[in-house]
Amino acid sequence: AGQPHKRRRTSEPSEIEERLESLICRVGEKSNSSLESNLEGLAGVLEADLPNYKSKILRILCTVARLLPEKLTVYTTLVGLLNARNYNFGGEFVEAMIRQLKECLKVNMYNEAVHLVRFLSDLVNCHVIAAPSMVAMFENFVSVTQEEDVPQVRCDWYMFAFLSSLPWVGKELYEKKDAEMDRLLSQTESYLKRRQKIHVPMLQVWTADKPHPQEEVSGLYYLDCLWSQIQKLKKDRWQERHILRPYLAFDSILCEALQHNLPPFTPPPHTEDSVYPMPRVIFRMFDYTDDPEGPVMPGSHSVERFVIEENLHCIIKSHWKERKTCAAQLLSYPGNNKIPLNYHIVEVIFAELFQLPSPPHIEVMYTTLLIELCKLQPGSLPQVLAQATEMLYMRLDTMNTTCVDRFINWFSHHLSNFQFRWSWEDWSDCLTQDLEKPKPKFVREVLEKCMRLSYHQRIIDIVPASFSVLSPANPVCIYKYGDESNRSLPGYTVALCLTIAIKNKASNDEIFSILKDVPNPNQDDDDDEGFTFNPLKIEVFVQTLLHLAAKSFSHSFSALAKFHEVFKTLAESDEGKLHVLRVVYEVWKNHPQMIAVLVDKMIRTQIVDCAAVANWIFSSELAHDFTRFYIWEILHSTIRKMNKHVLKIHKELEETKARLARQHKRRDSDDDDDDDDRSSDREDGPLEEQIERLQEKVESAQSEQKNLFLVIFQRFIMLLTEHLVRCETGGIDVFTPWYKSCIERLQQIFLQHHQIIQQYMVTLENLLFTAELDHHILAVFQQFCALQA
Amino acid sequence: LSVPRRAAMCSGGTLSILRSDSYADLSQYRDQHFRGTRYDQERLLRKSCTLYVGNLSFYTTEEQIHELFGKSGDIKKVIMGLDKVKKTACGFCFVEYYARGDAENAMRYINGTRLDDRIIRTDWDAGFKEGRQYGRGRSGGQVRDEYRQDYDAGRGGYGKTVQCQ
Repeated sequence: AGQPHKRRRTSEPSEIEERLESLICRVGEKSNSSLESNLEGLAGVLEADLPNYKSKILRILCTVARLLPEKLTVYTTLVGLLNARNYNFGGEFVEAMIRQLKECLKVNMYNEAVHLVRFLSDLVNCHVIAAPSMVAMFENFVSVTQEEDVPQVRCDWYMFAFLSSLPWVGKELYEKKDAEMDRLLSQTESYLKRRQKIHVPMLQVWTADKPHPQEEVSGLYYLDCLWSQIQKLKKDRWQERHILRPYLAFDSILCEALQHNLPPFTPPPHTEDSVYPMPRVIFRMFDYTDDPEGPVMPGSHSVERFVIEENLHCIIKSHWKERKTCAAQLLSYPGNNKIPLNYHIVEVIFAELFQLPSPPHIEVMYTTLLIELCKLQPGSLPQVLAQATEMLYMRLDTMNTTCVDRFINWFSHHLSNFQFRWSWEDWSDCLTQDLEKPKPKFVREVLEKCMRLSYHQRIIDIVPASFSVLSPANPVCIYKYGDESNRSLPGYTVALCLTIAIKNKASNDEIFSILKDVPNPNQDDDDDEGFTFNPLKIEVFVQTLLHLAAKSFSHSFSALAKFHEVFKTLAESDEGKLHVLRVVYEVWKNHPQMIAVLVDKMIRTQIVDCAAVANWIFSSELAHDFTRFYIWEILHSTIRKMNKHVLKIHKELEETKARLARQHKRRDSDDDDDDDDRSSDREDGPLEEQIERLQEKVESAQSEQKNLFLVIFQRFIMLLTEHLVRCETGGIDVFTPWYKSCIERLQQIFLQHHQIIQQYMVTLENLLFTAELDHHILAVFQQFCALQA
Repeated sequence: LSVPRRAAMCSGGTLSILRSDSYADLSQYRDQHFRGTRYDQERLLRKSCTLYVGNLSFYTTEEQIHELFGKSGDIKKVIMGLDKVKKTACGFCFVEYYARGDAENAMRYINGTRLDDRIIRTDWDAGFKEGRQYGRGRSGGQVRDEYRQDYDAGRGGYGKTVQCQ
């Protein structure tokens, strides 16, 4: 009814599928009737369509179960109604779900597999699946913890799949099979007691040595937190009041339905290719004391808290690309007059933003999502956000350095959307502290980032005068040869000469000939080998050029491009590369952003290589800036470039191999048409040769990549060992702000690039992280090993 | 991401409500000066790594743009839009990324947010060509600054026609 009469004839199958999908996905949306009556109507429509479109309906429902977990109970109710009307369909659906579950596990889609398990378990509540068969499946899950020689993360996942279904189905399962459930729960308890937890500190947002009264739970390993929530749920006799259960309204219909038994489900065995989800730690920042005027926040051990968080995370996962939709969906989460929804939303968003090793989505998404939420709730959300910011600031002393980085990025970007309005005076306590302490350091880094998004004078204007000690330097270039008072410096005259030449559009050759006159302070006798490492030459050239090109990034990039040849020659040796970086720093130390873009460009144009950048970062010249945020941005950007380079060549190799395979296929299949093959051979060179060349390139790139990581780890070990020895002999406390920063930066390397570093475990164990190392350093390595052990 | 996405391998595929990506879709705008067919332009827009950025203040610098747009990925190049006559910034620029995915994220999360206190707008661009860095308005700036009636301190005050009155 009401459909435009465009087509009288039967529509395309894809149109029908689209319509069915839309009907199912949007059930209950924008309707004046209740969800229950919408479900009833939809069940009727689908039942009528079953004869013709059963497989499509099965596919859609299975996909919805997998991808819309935040609407779990809506769809289990729908399946329940369909099963009540058509027993066979119910059976086929359960079979399809089991097939889908097996497939997910096979391709390492564990997050989606959990949704399927939960869906199946809620189907018990809808009388589609018999409780004993669900318990039997869970028995098989829990028995994974008895397997030998499997990674702990595998057992963790099966345990999680079991425990996280209990808020939905615990009551029903316990009523039907209490002895079996008790046994499962006690097996759970003993597993959690005996599993090792040494990697947990690496993943915590706040170090646990100064426990905060609020979180008995924040920082806990996710399974341990969930276990305490399930224990409390059991104590409360499995009464759970938060989850919306539309099927309750249909109890009289559903309890007449015949149930199906789940087929016996054997968890697929562990293989070499299995990749289980990374361990996670719970993040909490709010509790019942934080919203005095509104509804009470569910307690940290309550299962309601778990359900709310799961659902909010799922909403973000579903709508991360559509920020307005995402914000609207979060704010219309049901039950928002019984729970302080704004607090839950802010907490869940920060939990994702601060997640280690990496947030589920790109960082900037969270900034923009929070801005959308502020737009939709201008009277309440900004205050919650301000409260959250204040709380995070107060706990900076124990916050993981990587998380502080994200806090800095978020806060400065957020402020730039709100005219940098903030009550800085509230943070005057940081002014009396040592500048290396976390709070003043945080404010300094925030102001520096704010400046990058605006300009220097703006920042001076927005902070109180007392904060000037934390204000960023004016990002001006420092030209050594600029002042007449420096004319006695060696190289001064050559610098003048160069300046004039470059302004007169001199060529690279002219530059070389001017530079020939620069003496080499390193050499005692004449060295006629041509261009050896001459630090003064590098200094004069780089200082002068960068000074001339200081106006903007584009000017500097043009300069690098124009005089690329000179750069390559001067920086041919490793010492040359290092010195170029040193001079760049000397010129631009007031403008870290410029240093970062120049280093990036020099790597991309191969003036310096990644190892040189790593060595430069750990050099004594940079010791003063070692804990500054921009240094680590540069290092991680360098590592990422290296990683992308390896992937790119690898991809080229795979593509060429595929072309060769296709060529062989062509040769085998048609006898004529040789012309085509030969002509493409002539164009590209025989594919076999190309592959050989690419193979060499891949190996060389992988070797460079491994070397980069080894250099970085080696330098960390040297630096940390020095500090530890100094502290021990001097009798001073090891745990200085510098040390905390440094050790967490080492952890950050492991976490951010864990997949690649896994390849080097043997080398790391035998060469670098050996038993002779100080236990403080070795602990980081051991924690890393434990992550996927 | 530690777990590779292989949704297509799973028998279900995906759902169209989850495929929605309106911020990254092509807008209605097509460059009238583009040399080639509409089809050519759209093909280029769909694989472009370059964004047009509009409603900038005349005072916004390349550095600020680099900092903001760097949040969605590594930037290959920023080209500032210039007044054709004065050769000074006239309130737009191009941002080119190395990877399309990074440009998409800029469309999703940077478009419609503030830079220098102004809501900036991004759109797909078919690719920079020499000459496209200049404003196309009669006075040398952008067309939108020729005829607008309002006063905008960040964009030279009143529109050009208003100024000439």
